[in-house]
Amino acid sequence: MTLEILGISVLWTFLFGYLIVASIDFGAGFFNAYSVLTGKERILTNVIQRYLSPVWEVTNVFLVFFFVGMVGFFPSSAYYYGTTLLVPASLAIILLAIRGSYYAFETYGARGHKGYSFMYGAAGLLLPASMSIVLTISEGGFVDIVGGNPVLDYRALFTSPLTWSIVVLSLAAVLYISAVFLTWYANKAGDREATDLLRKYALIWSLPTIITAGGIIWELRAHNPEHYARLLEFGWMFAVSAILFVGTVWLLWKRRNYGLAFWMLFGQFAFAFYGYGFSHYPYLLYPHLTIYDSFTNPAMATALIVAFILGLCLLVPSLYLLLRLFLFNKDYVKGKKSDEHA
Amino acid sequence: MGNEEAVFFSRALTELTLSFHIIYATIGVGVPLMIMIAQWVGIKKNDEHYILLARRWARGFVITVAVGVVTGTAIGLQLSLLWPNFMELAGQVIALPLFMETFAFFFEAIFLGIYLYTWDRFDNQKKHLLLLVPVALGASFSAVFITIVNAFMNAPQGFDIVDGKLVNIRPILAMFNPAMPTKVAHVVVTAYMTSAFVLAAIAAFRLLKGSDHIYHKKALHLTVKLGLVFSLGALLIGDLSGKYLAEYQPEKLAAAEWHFETEGEAPLMLYGVLDGQEVKYAIKIPFALSILAHSNPMAEVKGLNEYPADEIPPLYIHYLFDTMVSIGMLMIAVSGLYWLGSRLGWAFIRSRWFRWILFAGGPLSVLAVEAGWWYAEVGRQPWILRGIMKTPEGATTSGQVDLMLYLFALLYLVLGVGSVVVLRRMFRRNPVEREIADREAERIAEEKAKGGDPA
Ligand code: HDD
Ligand code: HEM
Ligand code: HEM
Repeated sequence: MTLEILGISVLWTFLFGYLIVASIDFGAGFFNAYSVLTGKERILTNVIQRYLSPVWEVTNVFLVFFFVGMVGFFPSSAYYYGTTLLVPASLAIILLAIRGSYYAFETYGARGHKGYSFMYGAAGLLLPASMSIVLTISEGGFVDIVGGNPVLDYRALFTSPLTWSIVVLSLAAVLYISAVFLTWYANKAGDREATDLLRKYALIWSLPTIITAGGIIWELRAHNPEHYARLLEFGWMFAVSAILFVGTVWLLWKRRNYGLAFWMLFGQFAFAFYGYGFSHYPYLLYPHLTIYDSFTNPAMATALIVAFILGLCLLVPSLYLLLRLFLFNKDYVKGKKSDEHA
Repeated sequence: MGNEEAVFFSRALTELTLSFHIIYATIGVGVPLMIMIAQWVGIKKNDEHYILLARRWARGFVITVAVGVVTGTAIGLQLSLLWPNFMELAGQVIALPLFMETFAFFFEAIFLGIYLYTWDRFDNQKKHLLLLVPVALGASFSAVFITIVNAFMNAPQGFDIVDGKLVNIRPILAMFNPAMPTKVAHVVVTAYMTSAFVLAAIAAFRLLKGSDHIYHKKALHLTVKLGLVFSLGALLIGDLSGKYLAEYQPEKLAAAEWHFETEGEAPLMLYGVLDGQEVKYAIKIPFALSILAHSNPMAEVKGLNEYPADEIPPLYIHYLFDTMVSIGMLMIAVSGLYWLGSRLGWAFIRSRWFRWILFAGGPLSVLAVEAGWWYAEVGRQPWILRGIMKTPEGATTSGQVDLMLYLFALLYLVLGVGSVVVLRRMFRRNPVEREIADREAERIAEEKAKGGDPA
C-alpha cells in the first residue's frame, strides 16, 4: 500500500465516522423540533437529549480531523477546494456554528426554549445539504480554470440534477440513519412509546434513501462516464449494501433485534461509502486533481502517519470509556442516573 | 472583485475570526486548570465551597467551550478558504502540529463530556477530579500545537528551497523552530493568567453587588493569588520573548519600540507620538530596551533603518506592545498588593475601589491578549511566512470575500451576545446562596434517611 492510499483511507474512514455520528445528531435535532411542533415532545425529547448531551463536541471533532488531515496529507486540495468552496463552506461553517453553540446554550442555559429547538432542527437539515455539495463538485464539471485559478460555476452546479439528487439523498440518509439508531437507543432505554414512533420514522425514510441512492448512480452515467464505469467494477459492494439495507428494514418491520438492525445499517453505508470511495480513486477532483499529484512529501506523510498511530492509542481507549459510561451504560440510558451534570 | 480587494477582505476576515476565537480559546485553555485547582483545594481542605466553585465554573465553561469550538472550526476551515496558496505551501512543512492539535481536541472533548456528566457518580471525589486532567492537558496542548504553527510563520525552518520548490523537509525541525519555546510558553502562561483574572473579576463583581458570602471571598482570594503567579510568569517569559525577537525578528522589536538607529544603551519608549523619526512625549526608561533585548544595558539593538522600507511592519504596533506590557505590569502590582495586603492585614484590599480594580483586571487581561496577538501578527507583516511568502501572495483569488466578512461579523455578534446572555441567565437563576442552602438541605435529608444524626 502506498502512502497516498494509506492517507486517503485514514481520512475516508474519519469522514465515514463523521457521516454516521453527525447524521444521528442532525436527524435527532430534526425529530426533536418536529416533535415539539406536533406536540409529541414528551415522547422524544428525553431520549434524544440523553444521547446527545455528552457527545456533541466529539461529533464536531470528527469533521475537524477530516479537513485538517486533508490539508496535511494533500496540501494541494487546500488550494483547489479552498479557492472554489469559499461560499458554500462558509455557509456551512455559519450553520455549524449556530447549531453547535445554540445546542449548548439551550441544553445548559435555557432548557425548553422553542425557538432554539426549531433553529437547531432546521440547521440540521441545511447542513447535510450544504456539505453534500462538496461531493457533487468532486465529480467534476463544475470547476473551470480561469486565468490559472479554479473557479466554481454556480449556474452549472445549481441547475444540475446530480446536485439536487445528492442533496435529497443526504437529507433522506440523515433522517434514516438517525431514526434507526434512535429506535435502538429508545428500545434500550425501555421507552416503548419513543421506540414505536422512531421505528415508524425509520421505515418512512428508508424508501427515499434507497431510491435516491439508486438514482444517483444512474445520473452519474451521463455526468461522469469514467466514474460510472469504475462504479460498476465495484458493483458487488453496492449489492452487499443493498442486501444489508433489506435486512435492516426487515428487522425493523418485524420489530426484532434493533441492535442488529443498526449494525446492518452501519454495514450498508460502509459498503456504499467505501465502494464509492474506491471507484472515485485516484481523483480528489475530477479531472484536475488526483491523490498522487496533490500528495505531500514523504517525510511529512510518514510523520503524520506516526502521529496518527500514536493518537489512536490515546483515542481508542478514551472513546471506549465514553461509550461505556453513556451509550452502553444501562442506568444512564434508562435515566436512572439523572442529575449528575455539573 | 480585484485581487487587492480579495486580499484586503481576507485579512479583515482573518483578523476578525482570530480576534474573536482567541477570547474563548484563552478561557478554554486556562479555565480547566482553574477548575482543577479549585476542586483539588476543596478535596484537600474538605471544603464544600471550593468544590461548588469548581462545579459552577465548569457549568459556565461549557458555554465558552461551545463558542470556542465552533469559532475554532471556522478558523480552521477559513485558513484554507482564505489563504489557499499559503496553506498549500506551509502545509507541506507544518501540517504535523496542526494534525496533532486535532488529537488534543479529541482527547479534551471526550473527557469533557465524561467529566461534565459524572458529578456525583463517584463516591471518591478524587476519581472525578482525575477525569479533568485530560481535559486540562488537551486544552493546553491544543494551544501548544497551534502556537507552534504560528511560531513557524515567524521563524520558518526545516526545509530548503531549490528552484522555487520545497525540498529536504524535516517536520520535527520545523516544529522546534527558534520562535517556538518563548511563544508557546508565553501564550500558555498568559492564558492561565487571563483565566485567573477573569474568574477573579466575577468574584469581585459579586462582592461589589452586595453579596457578602464567604464563598465569593474564597473565590477571589484563590484566583488573585493564582493570577499573581501566572502574571509573574508572563513577565518573565515576555522578557525572554523580547530576547528572541532581538535575535531573530529584530524588525518587529524595533518597530514596537520606534527604534530607528542601531545603537547601544537603547532606552525603552512607552507611549508618546511619532514625528518623522522623532519620538515625542514618550516615557523614556534608559537602558531598558538594551536589557530587554540582550540582558545588557550597553548592548547594541538593531534599528529600523537597516531594513528596506517595504519590509518594515506598521509602526502603530508600538501602542499594542505598550498596552500589553502596561496591563501586565498593572496586574502584577494589583495582585501583588492584594497578596501582601491579605498577609499583613491591610484594610484597603477589601475596599470598594480596590475591588473595582480587581474587577477591571478580567477585561483588561483579555485586552492584553488581544493586543499581544495583534502586535505579534501585525509585527510580522508584510510577511505571512517571514522571509519567504508575503501576505498578498498567500491570499485567495475568489470574489465574495466581502460578503463572507459581513456574514461572519453577524455570526460573531450573535454568538458573543448569546453567550453573555446565557451565562448571565444561568447564574442569575441559580445564585450560589441558594445552591449552598439546597445542597445543605439535601445532605441533611440524606443523613436522616440513613438514620444518622445530621450534625
Ligand atoms: C495577558 C496577556 C499578556 C501579558 C500581560 C503580556 N503578554 Fe506578551 N503576549 C501575549 C500576551 C500577554 C500573547 C497574546 O500571548 C502574545 C501574542 C503572540 C504571542 O506569542 O504571545 C504576546 C507576545 C509578546 C511578544 C512577541 C513575541 C513574538 O512575536 O514572537 C513579546 C516580546 C511579549 N509578548 C513581551 C511581553 C512582556 C515583556 C510583557 C510584560 C509583562 C508581556 N508580554 C505581557
Ligand atoms: C489565535 C491566535 C492568533 C491571533 C489572535 C492572530 C491574529 C492575527 C491578526 C490580528 C492578523 C492580522 C495582521 C495584519 O493584517 O496586519 C493575523 C494575520 C495572520 N495570521 Fe494570525 N493570529 C493568531 C494565530 C495564528 C496562527 C496560529 C496562524 C496559522 C496557522 C495564523 C495565521 C495568520 C494568517 C494567515 C495571517 C495573514 C492575514 C493578515 O496578514 O492579515 N494566525 N493574525
Ligand atoms: C489560527 C489559529 C487557530 C486555529 C486554526 C484553531 C483551530 C481550532 C479548532 C478547529 C477548534 C475546534 C476544535 C473542536 O472541534 O473541538 C478550536 C478550538 C479551540 N482552540 Fe483554537 N485555533 C486557533 C488558535 C488558537 C489559539 C492561539 C489557542 C490557544 C491560545 C487556541 C485554543 C483553542 C482551544 C482551547 C479550543 C477548544 C475550545 C475550548 O476548549 O474552548 N486556538 N481551535
